[in-house]
Amino acid sequence: MPNLKDLKNRIGSVKKTEQITSAMRMVAAAKLRRAQNDIIAARPYAIKTNEVLVSLVTRTNPDMHPLLRVREPKKCVLVVIASDRGLCGSFNQNVFRRTEAFIKANKDKYEEISLVLVGKRSRDYFKRKQMKVRKNVVIGVPSYDLAAEIGDDLIDGYIKEEFDELIVIFNEFKSAMTQILHEDRVLPVERMDVEDEATNVEYLYEPSEDVLLDALLPMSFKMFFYRAILESAASEHGARMTAMESASGNAADMIGRLSIKYNRARQAAITTELMEVVGGAEALKG
Amino acid sequence: MAENYMQLDVVTPEKAVLSRMVEEVIAPGSAGEFGVLIGHTPFLTTLKPGQLIAKAEDRDIYMAVGGGFAEIIGSRVIVLAESAVLAEDINEQEVKADLEQAEHKLKGLDKEDSEYSKWDSRIRKAEVKLKVLENWQKAS
Repeated sequence: MPNLKDLKNRIGSVKKTEQITSAMRMVAAAKLRRAQNDIIAARPYAIKTNEVLVSLVTRTNPDMHPLLRVREPKKCVLVVIASDRGLCGSFNQNVFRRTEAFIKANKDKYEEISLVLVGKRSRDYFKRKQMKVRKNVVIGVPSYDLAAEIGDDLIDGYIKEEFDELIVIFNEFKSAMTQILHEDRVLPVERMDVEDEATNVEYLYEPSEDVLLDALLPMSFKMFFYRAILESAASEHGARMTAMESASGNAADMIGRLSIKYNRARQAAITTELMEVVGGAEALKG
Repeated sequence: MAENYMQLDVVTPEKAVLSRMVEEVIAPGSAGEFGVLIGHTPFLTTLKPGQLIAKAEDRDIYMAVGGGFAEIIGSRVIVLAESAVLAEDINEQEVKADLEQAEHKLKGLDKEDSEYSKWDSRIRKAEVKLKVLENWQKAS
């Protein structure tokens, strides 16, 4: 027979777990709202920057700037954007699985693949693997400065020909339930085949085309990272919210099952006791 | 009336600061201040920290921008600024405190120091903000 005291203790501990998970769910929901606002705020800039860049790059010769130059892809850098914290369902695992799949599929294509790890979780995960790590960064609070730090290092590396291709793996925020895993090739900058009237118009540059490229390319590059980090942060909170919601649900189910068990056990104990009393009385009578 | 107006968008990495129809924009280009009226040639330029004035129907909008880019295509003006703040949103005390702090930091640094340019540009941005605030108060 299950011990009544043990059952009671278990119900108590599952209840506490439920409280924690539902509190975490609420915190994640609040953070998600903030992260969502951040993305909405950053999108206009990212979109406008891209518009300006597209119109500039399409009119430019790729030899004008080192970031536009295409080299034979020998060395590749993978930027893996995960989260600082766990308990967010399969959010991080999805990123790692995609990363490993990429490495496996492209092992022969490149002479070398090195990693830039963003978020504590990705650092911890790849620590045990035999991989070349170029840099790792802790996210903390997502900021433009952080994106700039990553961006500057990579721009520098590309210009110095330390690597020839740059791929970023990150989660794009779709809704609290769904994240879209992205695998974007960021460098070399791809030329867009946009043929509209804007490209044929006489265009004035000040100070000059190459100076503008020099300033605009790194900026839009950093902006890309900023957006990727924000998207990833919002996705993380969304994933955590969903995970905690189902954890709370599971805990509630478990409490229900344990309560039934507890009540049955209690009833069984009462019945046994009654039988004993009745049995005792009968015996005395005889 | 409407054909005399251009769509002006001022955006920063943090948010879209301004989006409205204006008659004229005066912006701090890196090669000198320039004015834009409707029908301007397509134009792309870098901006230095400075004062941006947008003349709308009802009022002149003053703002301090902290460097960036401006693109003019057709009747659209896009300003991509590292930072931008409307004159009415500038907090004088805050800017002054910031300026003081930056000046203090700069004193202890050598020109060669990597931190130097960071604080130097902080000072210039703060000075621009104060200047814009002053101009705005004078104008209104």
